[in-house]
Amino acid sequence: MSDQLTPIRLHELVYSVDGRRLIDGLSFEMRAGSRTVIMGPNGAGKSLTLRLLQGLMEPDSGSITWGEPPKHTVGRQSVSLVFQRPVLLRRTVAANLRHAVAVCGMRGPARSERVEELLAMGGLEALRRTPARVLSAGEQQRLSLVRALAGRPRVLLLDEPTANLDPASTLAIERLVNGAHEGGAKIVFVTHDRDQAARLADDVVFMQDGRAVETGAADRFFSAPSSEEARAYLDGRLFVGGDG
Amino acid sequence: MDDIASAFSQAVSLVLAADPAILEIVGLSFRVTLSAVVVACLIGLPLGALLAVKAFPGRTAVIVAINALMGLPPVVVGLFVYLMLSNAGPFGVLQLLYTPTAMIVAQSILVTPIVAGLARQVIADLHAEYDEQLRSMGVTATGAIPTLLWDGRHALATVALAGFGRAVAEVGAVLIVGGNIDHVTRVMTTAIALETSKGNLSLALGLGIILLFMSVLVNGAVMGLRATSGRVAHV
Repeated sequence: MSDQLTPIRLHELVYSVDGRRLIDGLSFEMRAGSRTVIMGPNGAGKSLTLRLLQGLMEPDSGSITWGEPPKHTVGRQSVSLVFQRPVLLRRTVAANLRHAVAVCGMRGPARSERVEELLAMGGLEALRRTPARVLSAGEQQRLSLVRALAGRPRVLLLDEPTANLDPASTLAIERLVNGAHEGGAKIVFVTHDRDQAARLADDVVFMQDGRAVETGAADRFFSAPSSEEARAYLDGRLFVGGDG
Repeated sequence: MDDIASAFSQAVSLVLAADPAILEIVGLSFRVTLSAVVVACLIGLPLGALLAVKAFPGRTAVIVAINALMGLPPVVVGLFVYLMLSNAGPFGVLQLLYTPTAMIVAQSILVTPIVAGLARQVIADLHAEYDEQLRSMGVTATGAIPTLLWDGRHALATVALAGFGRAVAEVGAVLIVGGNIDHVTRVMTTAIALETSKGNLSLALGLGIILLFMSVLVNGAVMGLRATSGRVAHV
């Protein structure tokens, strides 16, 4: 199922704001069927990369292609993005999901069935009539994640979805992500958490200063990173620059 | 002073006795004002939402125009509608002048910019919050309007009430296009003006009391809705 949109290739992407290149010639490829974790320090351009992938922003130059043969555009609902801070509608939990399912074009009994599936998937059945915005942070993120799965996306982008969550909530999110992966979705996950990256990643893209400094299999990345930037990041050291 | 006290006492008696003349005037006032507010909301809410979410050439000019029209002088609106509906006007054939329909048209023109202007601000704030999420779900700018109108419903109800407050207290436009005809187009504000000029202070005061009561009621409802909106902002 994910093969149709993968591999995902980013080629020489550039995105600038006020003359400052936030994404600076970014190129890497994400293969089919794997969970790709994007890591890097603050300001590396990780979240921006997800927004470019989702089509929320247009690059100044460069290209993103999906699948083989490469396509330059994909249906919006084929790719779904979960934000670090979930923006939930001022409605109940079930109404948030009904909205998402309706946006995906489902009507009638199919819509109700899908809402029930999503409630069960997120463990939110008991909270169906609760206003979404009074949920705990963990529950809100679970709702946000199952909402992103409403249209059965083929690529799931996650922008630090467990930042500031407790271990139990983090585990629940990771289970949902793994469930989506087992269901055939390509996972692209941004995180700062090395342990989480080690748990989730099949592949790692390490970014710094708007560029992909290192890409490859997770095992090799964590055991023997090839770049000084990645070694410094994993060791918790400050990397000043190539000459430093 | 005694005259005022006496007039006030008589006015209270008229109100408490549910005087049929007063009830007829109050009923027509409500019918005209509520109809105008409904029309204004049907036009103004989607228009305000569209201006909030959709970028198009001339959008700023339209927003400036709507903001300017929020302060439209009622007599000017009344004159404009009069010219449109008079026998010599383009809609004279409809024979609407001096009917409640003409009054509804005039009040709708007065209230629509208020509803559109205030709704635009409400929806713009909500859109700033929802925009990225809705776009990530594949919802277009215009496709987001129903979602924004629904989720902004508490704040938009206060917008509608603000329009109601403006319309119910208006006298100039309805006097020109309605003519203040007894049993036909006489509403509270025009009746107050007429009865005062005739020296019938008790009836004028009675209507004034009701108008004040309605105004207080509307303002109370606005405050109540705002408070409720704050409490259930999460819903």
